[in-house]
Parts: sequence; structure tokens; C-alpha cells
Amino acid sequence: MNPTLTSPAARTGAAVPARPVLRRRLALPALVLVVVALLVASLMVGGYDITFANLFTADAWNMFLISRVPRTLALVFAGVAMSVSGVIMQVLTQNRFVEPTTIGTSQWAGFGILVMLIAVPGASMMLRMSVATLFAFVGTLAFMAIVRRVSLQSSIVVPLIGIMLGAVVSAVTVYLAATFDLLQAMDTWRSGGFSSIVRGAYEPLWIVAGTTVATFFLADRLTVAGLGRDLATNVGLRYERVVLLGTLVVAVATGVTSVVVGFLPFLGLIVPNMVSMVRGDDVRKNLPWVALVSVALILVCDLIGRVVIAPLELPVSVVLGTVGSVGFIALVLRQRRHVTY
Amino acid sequence: MIEFADVTKDYLDQRVLGPVSGTIAEGGITSLVGPNGAGKSTLLTIMGRLLQPTSGDVSVAGLDVRSTRSDVLAKKLSILRQENHFTARLTVRDLVGFGRFPYSKGRLGPEDHVRIDEAIAFLNLEEFQGRFLDELSGGQKQRAYVAMVLAQDTDYVLLDEPLNNLDMKHSVLMMRQLRRAADELGKTIVLIIHDINFAAAYSDRIVALRDGRIAAAGTVEEIMQDDVLSTIFDTPCTVHHVGGHPTAVYHR
Repeated sequence: MNPTLTSPAARTGAAVPARPVLRRRLALPALVLVVVALLVASLMVGGYDITFANLFTADAWNMFLISRVPRTLALVFAGVAMSVSGVIMQVLTQNRFVEPTTIGTSQWAGFGILVMLIAVPGASMMLRMSVATLFAFVGTLAFMAIVRRVSLQSSIVVPLIGIMLGAVVSAVTVYLAATFDLLQAMDTWRSGGFSSIVRGAYEPLWIVAGTTVATFFLADRLTVAGLGRDLATNVGLRYERVVLLGTLVVAVATGVTSVVVGFLPFLGLIVPNMVSMVRGDDVRKNLPWVALVSVALILVCDLIGRVVIAPLELPVSVVLGTVGSVGFIALVLRQRRHVTY
Repeated sequence: MIEFADVTKDYLDQRVLGPVSGTIAEGGITSLVGPNGAGKSTLLTIMGRLLQPTSGDVSVAGLDVRSTRSDVLAKKLSILRQENHFTARLTVRDLVGFGRFPYSKGRLGPEDHVRIDEAIAFLNLEEFQGRFLDELSGGQKQRAYVAMVLAQDTDYVLLDEPLNNLDMKHSVLMMRQLRRAADELGKTIVLIIHDINFAAAYSDRIVALRDGRIAAAGTVEEIMQDDVLSTIFDTPCTVHHVGGHPTAVYHR
């Protein structure tokens, strides 16, 4: 385990209530094993029968490369993209209930996708992603600007503003889609799923790997920004620039994911909150956990969606919505506060 | 030395501060006192470059706070406002560690850990250092934030109501620790204090504001006078010497 992940108390040898050190040491490797097992399961489950025995026959191998590998990689990238975006937005707004789908980022990306469908129907995927990202960026900045002007920044008001903005953008999108007879295309987008992900359709998601690396480099500055504008400025952080960079990362990650996969609710909400509850809010220390947990969660949801009504599929967004909302309520109810005097 | 010249702050047409001019001498503790709405916090946050003045100039140790890069200033001056509503779920030690951000940019070295240990010890937070901030009482949290700005190791420390949230015992402890920081570490500390008697007991100088202007400034003895206090606070005050310390009585 990375030495920076051991508790500072253990390093300095101070008298702090000892946490079960062994359990903490083993937690990350255990999580990695779970994720690997889920990755294997994701690669093996599907309509075409692939087993370890027939994997190296030509047909199975082809199917494996054309469909299973792209789908699994897409799940990994999309899961990481949405949950890391959630972390960034929660830190920048100092609010635990925001993430790309509750503040309108995803809805703006969807709006951008629709505008491209109308204006430039044959646009390349790169162009569509760029426009979706641009819309997501502008929309998120608008949200941030509005939140800043609201004096009552309670934990509930901030996401409510985001949900309202998202709803307005969605409404406009649906209206336009109906007018231009594109409702069906937008429906496919709305129900983010991975069934159509094959080789040649998922590659742009590699961009998300780039935004995740960028987040690692920004991590400490994000944590400091999470202390609030005043404390961040006090220690010399250029707060506005970090907000802008963070928003840009979120917009790119959400824009790309929206074009390739679609709308993925809850991941950005539930995963960062789970990790924060156990491990706190240090972004750099948390990112590996957030990434792994989100991959595990989206793989499980996708597997459920693939298995329950086989040979048909439930879109992963449906499973996520169900599992996510139940899980989130459970988390909120379990949240405890130890206050000592 | 902190110098401010013709500093004003307007919100729309409403003037909340100034024009005020003055200096805060090197070393020791200077307390800003005055009634609610006198402009104390406004002046302090302008000095700490968290708020832009409408007009006027502020310099800290010769650095103009408006034009100096924020990360350069962060090694000279630290400022702590009253605690905000959101508490990040960081451990006390992690929070104090972010006081080292101007030097470390997040990658703590051995020197940083020494400073962090010192700051934690200075505020008697050893037993809490592994605890998350949201698991602490208001007073413990307040001490953790003060430890953070001490770890920042700046010559100038500005604190907006550091006694907020603290009970009698912890208020006294906090003031003693700040006094030690001024005496032993040679820091220049500027505080906003509500309780005039706390200000009198631990400060070297007092600056009194009223209606956005400096109403009086001087040593503790100069300010702790019946007529001066009665005017500043618009309340009849009498100053008694209790155990050799000037003490204002104004409760009835």
C-alpha cells in the first residue's frame, strides 16, 4: 500500500485511537481483487457464449475483441468519469449532493448533442463531443454563478437550484427534439446504456483517462478549494482558476461520456459520498478509492442489467437509478456524527 | 508593519468603512474592538486581501496586498475568518498540513511535518490530530483552524473573532496561546475581539472602530478610560483596576 495512505498518526506515533491497521492495509488490495473479478465477469457474460475454454477459438476471440472488451472498458471509463466529476463538483460547491446529473451538466451536454443532431446531422463524433463539452462547460459555469449569488447556500438549496436548471434545460431539449422529430434519438441518449458499445464506438472514452490524470494533478488544489474561498486564498491558492479548471475537467468528462454512453445518474453522488464517509475529503488520497468503487458499482449494475431479463437488456442507467437511490438513502440514514467535548 | 491609507468600502451606495488610515506596529497583539457594524471585519478582511477595498491602499511588510501575488503574500500573512458553515471531512492533522500549502503545494516534506507538529502541540491538539473535523466540538474546530494558520508560519496573523464558540476556559487558553505566539514566536497578531476585557487583558494596543471610522487607537491604558469606552460603545462604562488590570464594567 502506498505509504501516503497510512494514517498520519501512525507515522508520527502519536496517541490516537488505533484503527484496525491490518484491515485498512488490506482494504485497497481487496477492492482491487473485487474489481478484477467483476471485470472478468463482465468480459464473460453476454449473449454470445464465451468461456475460458473456447476463448481462443477465432469466433469467440473476435467477439471478445469487438464487443466484450470495448464494453467493459467503456464501463470502466464512464464510471470513473462520472464519479470523479462528482468529487470535483462536491468539493468546488462545498456541497455533498451535487454531481453532473443534479446540477445540469449532463442535461446541458444532452442539449448540445441535440443541437448538433439538428444543425449538423452528419457531424463526426469528435465534433459532437466538443459541442457537448462546450455546452456542459457553459451550463456548469452558469450554475456556479447562480449558486454564488444565492445568499442561502444550504445543503439542500444548492442541488435544488441545479435540479431546476437541469429540468429547464431538459424541457427545452425535449421540446426541440419533438419539434424536429428527434425524440427517439434523445430517448436512446436519456437511457444511458452500453449495449451498443462495440469496437469503433468507445475509443473517445480514452479522453476520460486524460481527465482523470488531470484530476490527480489538481487533487491537492481541489482539496484546498474545498475549504472555501477565504481559506484557500489565505494559503495562496488562485481560487478562481482552480474552479475554472475543475469545471473544465467535469465538462470534458461529462461531455464525452454523454456522447458515447448517455445519461448516467447517481454514480457521481453515491460513490464520492461513500468514500468520504469512510475516508474523509482529502481528494488525492480518495481518488483511487473513488475510481475503484465506481468501477465496481457500474460493473455490478451493468451485469444485473444484462442478466435479469436475458437475452434482453436493461440499460445500466435504470439499474443505477434503482440501486443508487436505495443505496443513497441507506447511506444518509446511516450517517453518524461523533461529537465529543 | 501593516499600513492602510484612505481605505473605504462601499456596498452599492452604502459606505460600511472609512475612509480610515493608520498603521499596525510590528510585533505584539493589536485588537480591533467596537460595536456591531463598526467595520472591524471589513477592515480585517481587506488587510488580509480577502476583500477588495473600494478605494485606498493596504501594505503588509511593504507588500501591496492588491498587487502582490497571493501565494507570495501567503508566506507573509495569514487570515482566518469566522468559521464557515461547511466543514470539510479532513483530519485535524490534514487541515493543519494545508497551512503548509504556500511552501509545499500539497507535497509535505520533513520540514513541513516539523511545523505541523509544532502547531498542533502549540494548541494542545495532539490527542485530536487523527480525528475528522466534523467530529469535533466548535471550540476544538476553532483551535484546529488557528493551528492551521500558525503552521503557515507567517509574520502576520489576522484572526476574526478567534474566541467565537469558545467557553471561558478555552477563551483564556486561546488568548494565552496567542500571547505566547506573539512573545515567543515574534508574530504580529491582529484580532477582532468582542469582549473589551479580553482585549485589555492580552493586547498591546487597541484600535477602536465606530461607524466605519477609527474612533480611538492607542495602548490598553489609553483606551481603557471611562469616557473613551462610553463613547465607542455608546454605553456607560466605568473602568476599574482589578488585580492591576483595567477592567470595564458596563453590565448595568
